[in-house]
Amino acid sequence: MIRKIANHQLYLLILSYFKEMIREPGILFWGIAFPILMSLGLGVAFTRKSDVVRKVAVINQPGLEASQPHANLKIIDFLDKHAVRDTVPGNENLTYRINLPDDKMGNTILLFQQTGWNEAMVLLKRGNLNVVMEEKNGKISYHFDPLNPDAQLTYLRLSKLFGNENPEIIANNDHVEPLTLSGTRYIDFLVPGLIAMGVMMSCMWGLSYGIIEKRSKKLLRRMVATPMKKSYFLIALITVRVGMNFIESGLLLLFSWIVFGITIQGNLPSLILLFIAGNIAFAGIAVFISSHTSSTEVGNGFINAIVMPMMVLSGVFFSYHNFPDWSITFIQKLPLTILADGIRSIIIEGAGYKEVTIAFIILITTGVVFFIAGLKIFKWH
Amino acid sequence: MNSFPVIDVRDVYKSFKSVDAVKGIDMHVDRGQFVAVLGPNGAGKTTLVEMIEGIRKPDKGEIQIMGKKWKGNEDELHQIIGLSLQETKFIDKLNVRETLRLFAGFFGLGGERVEEIIQIVGLEDKIKSWVVNLSGGQRQKLALGIALLNKPKILLLDEPTTGLDPAARQEVWTILRKLRDKSETSLILTTHYMEEAERLCDFIIIIDKGKILKQGTLEQLLNGDGSKRKVLEFTLDNPGSSTEKLLNDSRFRIKWEGENEKGIVEFASWEEDIPVFMSFLKKSELRLKNLEFRKKTLDDLFISLTGRHLND
Ligand SMILES: Nc1ncnc2c1ncn2[C@@H]1O[C@H](COP(=O)(O)OP(=O)(O)OP(=O)(O)O)[C@@H](O)[C@H]1O
Ligand SMILES: [Mg+2]
Repeated sequence: MIRKIANHQLYLLILSYFKEMIREPGILFWGIAFPILMSLGLGVAFTRKSDVVRKVAVINQPGLEASQPHANLKIIDFLDKHAVRDTVPGNENLTYRINLPDDKMGNTILLFQQTGWNEAMVLLKRGNLNVVMEEKNGKISYHFDPLNPDAQLTYLRLSKLFGNENPEIIANNDHVEPLTLSGTRYIDFLVPGLIAMGVMMSCMWGLSYGIIEKRSKKLLRRMVATPMKKSYFLIALITVRVGMNFIESGLLLLFSWIVFGITIQGNLPSLILLFIAGNIAFAGIAVFISSHTSSTEVGNGFINAIVMPMMVLSGVFFSYHNFPDWSITFIQKLPLTILADGIRSIIIEGAGYKEVTIAFIILITTGVVFFIAGLKIFKWH
Repeated sequence: MNSFPVIDVRDVYKSFKSVDAVKGIDMHVDRGQFVAVLGPNGAGKTTLVEMIEGIRKPDKGEIQIMGKKWKGNEDELHQIIGLSLQETKFIDKLNVRETLRLFAGFFGLGGERVEEIIQIVGLEDKIKSWVVNLSGGQRQKLALGIALLNKPKILLLDEPTTGLDPAARQEVWTILRKLRDKSETSLILTTHYMEEAERLCDFIIIIDKGKILKQGTLEQLLNGDGSKRKVLEFTLDNPGSSTEKLLNDSRFRIKWEGENEKGIVEFASWEEDIPVFMSFLKKSELRLKNLEFRKKTLDDLFISLTGRHLND
């Protein structure tokens, strides 16, 4: 029995393709490490708030020497008391920094710098400055663009600080209750998209390229000149690919669970079924586009023509709802959109069989139709 | 015994877009017969064997293998045919044994046959090497090994020794000779090495530009025009523009190759023809620089038929 399996065409083909794949170091990187790194990079970049730096100019009174009693008494007094003085070598102007820690909304750093009016305007135009402060007759005034939300925020923080004799700088922000509800963060949006994208990429590049390369090397022709069953050739290639996709996506999910705490809110078996349907859809398309050509360049072109638009449109990285309304009905019909939205609805929104049935049917049908059409025109020689 | 030939090709044509690659070829191969298809580059050898292999369909004409046409008999015919294409690359990152194992599986054969084949083609040292790391010769041997896996009744080899050094070529010939002695396998082998055809095959078909120029056993081919089997090659001290014209006046058919400054003559008898030839040279005031006697080869035949060398 074991012997029978070990000599079976399909088993040997699967084994050979599997070896071929894992012996290619690039596969392990692009298939497994790359999506994980991408989720890590994008997830961290868009999830953790980094320190915000706000720059403030304090206007020198014209005609005043550094030694003379300062006109900006109130401001400088305050800064001397509450801020850290930075000295920049070569720059005689006074610079100060105030750190405003905040555990919920992220830290803010206020940088103060004494400049003349003209210099301040140049910096403002360059976007290098948020607010300009000036003291006239003991009264502080603020100059900024009221339409710029950053400037507004800076003004609000400054006016709160300078209005108080004893400003309390609190690190524990009790007023703010962040929404840490799982499923609302960017990373929750991203990971299902990455899984869908992984399926598409792996099928299109792995399968199509694999078939075209074997045809161009005349290996396909050589294999077909034996009693090998032609269907096994494709079944084995697809099986190995889909198996690899399970491993890749599983590792990505595991990673995002450990690092970002993403869990599957919905029904796991329905997720697996949808995932398989997505694999079938893209495997079908892959067989179709590789059915005829024996030139890897032509193959590259085909693959890019299919992969690129979907990468941009299907909402893998950012929601497609920002595209014009008329395009959205079209976008929602793309297989990658259907797969990504389906996976997202299960992982984030807790959907189950009922919600993804239509997606499932469309994906399977797409795959089968393309597969059959591809087989009809498939060039074995 | 079977009355029909193992391979029967009847008036077969094949054209590509702008080229007529095969223009009406007939050939037959009997059981156990080794047939060489000899011809220069682009003669149509590959096109012809690929039609016999069932890989290409003839535009016209008929091919039968063991009395069967390809259409509808693919499974059966694939079982009894072993072949190597002119250039096949196998899966780069499988090793020799794994590659043989895969193809053995296609024929329902197990590991024992794989080990036998490794012995037969002498790749014992390379069992674990990835195909991508094999030398050209080792790859050809692997391709030959795969062709032999199923102990084929019919073996079709497209230029099995092209690009090999003489030693490696000898090894392949030895393998094939053993096969001829031990089995009833019929072979069609394409080549543009006349030596390969001469040393290995019972029957030789010379083709050029898609047509058969001449066919027969080596004896028949070389004895074709009378019994002239002796060749004399010579160079001259004083070759010039008029040399060819002078030589044309002789009663022998002398072929003068201008670019090599070399003349070739065929004789029936050394004793009778040489003195006549020498006095002719003397009369024409042509002075010999070098003189070489040798046996007639298929290349000489090809030159006399086409005016070109086989390997130009
Ligand atoms: N697929 C093809 N498409 C177009 N032309 C082809 C094709 N295959 C072969 N030819 C042409 O048909 C002719 C015969 O080619 P073929 O490969 O049969 O020659 P060959 O005798 O095998 O030559 P070689 O010794 O170089 O292998 C050549 O002129 C070649 O250019
Ligand atoms: Mg050829």
